[in-house]
Amino acid sequence: MGILEVKDVNKRFGGLKALSDVNLSVQENTVHAIIGPNGAGKSTLLNCLVGKLIPDTGSVMFDGKSVLGRKPFEINQMGISRVFQTPEIFGNLTVMENMMIPLLAKRDGAYRLHAIESIDHEKDLVETAEQMLKDVNMIDKRNMHSASMSRGDKRRLEMAMCLVQNPKLLLLDEPTAGMARADTNNTIDLLKEIKATRDITIAIIEHDMHVVFSLADRITVLAQGTPLVEDLPENIKGHPKVQEAYLGEAH
Amino acid sequence: MLGLNKKDFSLLIVVAALAFFAPIILNIFPKDSALSFFNGGYPDLMQRFAIFGIFAIGFNILFGLTGYLSFGHAAFLGVGSYAAVWMFKLLSYNVVPAIILSVIVAALFSVVIGYVSLRRSGIYFSILTLAFAEMSYRLAYSVLTPLTNGETGLQVYTNDPQILKGDGPSVPHLFGLEMRARTELDIGPWEFTFPVGYYLCAVILVISFYIAIRIFRSPFGLTLRAIKSNQNRLRYTGMNPKPYMLTAFVISGMYAGLAGGLLAAMDPLAGAERMQWTASGEVVIMTILGGAGTLIGPILGAGTIKYLENVFSKMNEGLLHQWFSFLPDFMEDGVIWVVSKFTGEGWHLMLGALFMIVIIFLPGGLIEGGQRLMNAIGMGKKKDEQSNSAKSEPAE
Ligand SMILES: Nc1ncnc2c1ncn2[C@@H]1O[C@H](COP(=O)(O)OP(=O)(O)OP(=O)(O)O)[C@@H](O)[C@H]1O
Ligand SMILES: [Mg+2]
Repeated sequence: MGILEVKDVNKRFGGLKALSDVNLSVQENTVHAIIGPNGAGKSTLLNCLVGKLIPDTGSVMFDGKSVLGRKPFEINQMGISRVFQTPEIFGNLTVMENMMIPLLAKRDGAYRLHAIESIDHEKDLVETAEQMLKDVNMIDKRNMHSASMSRGDKRRLEMAMCLVQNPKLLLLDEPTAGMARADTNNTIDLLKEIKATRDITIAIIEHDMHVVFSLADRITVLAQGTPLVEDLPENIKGHPKVQEAYLGEAH
Repeated sequence: MLGLNKKDFSLLIVVAALAFFAPIILNIFPKDSALSFFNGGYPDLMQRFAIFGIFAIGFNILFGLTGYLSFGHAAFLGVGSYAAVWMFKLLSYNVVPAIILSVIVAALFSVVIGYVSLRRSGIYFSILTLAFAEMSYRLAYSVLTPLTNGETGLQVYTNDPQILKGDGPSVPHLFGLEMRARTELDIGPWEFTFPVGYYLCAVILVISFYIAIRIFRSPFGLTLRAIKSNQNRLRYTGMNPKPYMLTAFVISGMYAGLAGGLLAAMDPLAGAERMQWTASGEVVIMTILGGAGTLIGPILGAGTIKYLENVFSKMNEGLLHQWFSFLPDFMEDGVIWVVSKFTGEGWHLMLGALFMIVIIFLPGGLIEGGQRLMNAIGMGKKKDEQSNSAKSEPAE
């Protein structure tokens, strides 16, 4: 039994079958990559895991509990954090303030009224946030207005916001898209380090094969809403079905 | 100090000092000078400065932090006034129970109105709040006349129970200290008035301001700003925006109720016109004019509008003739014709024009104007610091 079990999930958008009979089992403490051509349904699948979309049929179990019908904030509180394909951060806030929100959510739950205490007095949270910012090489930007940063920096910030929550399952939707090569390599190193030192399961969508093969323990190839193969990275590389999917002959 | 950092503490001190010395600052022109027309240091006006300052501070906690624009906050102010007058009618003229009840009743009202209105966001939220306020206004004139006394307005009659009155004063008072009592001080050509009622409002204003600073700097305040910034991110980060929004709504409703209670404490009357949509619009304008999302902006905005309202609505044609008599006759008539459209009854035209100018040239409100001025005359901080402060601006 994996920490994440997706069974027979179908999702239609009008006439378009975005996901058909998707089955996926992600084992605890592994990195599971989901690859596939554009429009394969990868993001749609992630959306079904975090409460953004509800599958038409099928079930999604996380940690032995169903996530279907739960609100996004409840699913996050269960231990799933997600990085989006287009960075979602708090643009009006500074980098440090961005980091405080996930920490408050983790400590205080979905709602708790702290209206009089000063945020500057949350020494523990500030320290944790600073450490995380050091890990992603962003500590020098701590007081920067986050909307004014580059796309790559926004991505790194969003990832840091997810990682600082210490989630059981981290979902990454193309975390290195738009990043400079050096930052991509830093991200790979960071994720390797996180994987080695924490109890964390990672599901990653990625087009950059260097990232995929550096990190993944298992790979699922999705094409036109259906998983074609699921296997170890070394078996995926030369797989004929994969080549076919990427060359697009199946259309 | 008081749990504030140095900058916030000095801001609090500035506000407290301004509030405390307002009777002197506002009567800076000698009594018999021509400029005494511009003095604002009389009780009625000063009380309005403080009361609408409180109203705007509370409104800013909702609008400034979360970006949710309520067009119905005057309803809570009106409800607060009614609650206070009822306390006068039933208990006594002591303002303490009156003010406390006005806050409680406004809180209950805002829970209900907030709960329903917050099911929507953006323009739909604004329209829902507007509709609720308009409904309250209409109800006050119709079904609820037993509670509101309809068009006459709610007031205290000699045959009201006033069970705790005994031989206490027959005007609003604070444990015997009458609100309308005042001390006059004549220094040479200057004349200053120190009214009890104003000082009660001023003390409450400073406390309200202090609480608002604490809220701005708290985890709750940060969460509200996160809601304004990106609700989607907030949800996927594990927080539920709804109860946070409702809390902010109720807190700002309580500030409005407090302001309404104080209005009644200064003058024991309550009428439905306080709930009209124009009154709701006024607090929006005050907040934006001063600088929404800044700490001190709403107080400035409230003061500016109440002051200008007073000055401009006082300018009648006789006065204008006196002022412009140095012009040749044909010009005088023309000038007065134009100016009179913006003064007296027409002062709202002036307000509209002012509001437009600020929105177009100073979208950050008077606070932004002040900052630009400081920078222009070189009193601003150095370049790099300056960009830093611009970034943290939404929190100030
Ligand atoms: N909310 C939606 N409404 C309608 N159609 C949608 C919606 N979301 C996705 N789709 C469609 O579903 C299909 C799968 O989209 P999805 O975003 O999951 O692809 P993807 O594998 O993430 O692609 P990419 O690599 O480009 O991100 C696409 O054809 C897309 O146009
Ligand atoms: Mg995608």
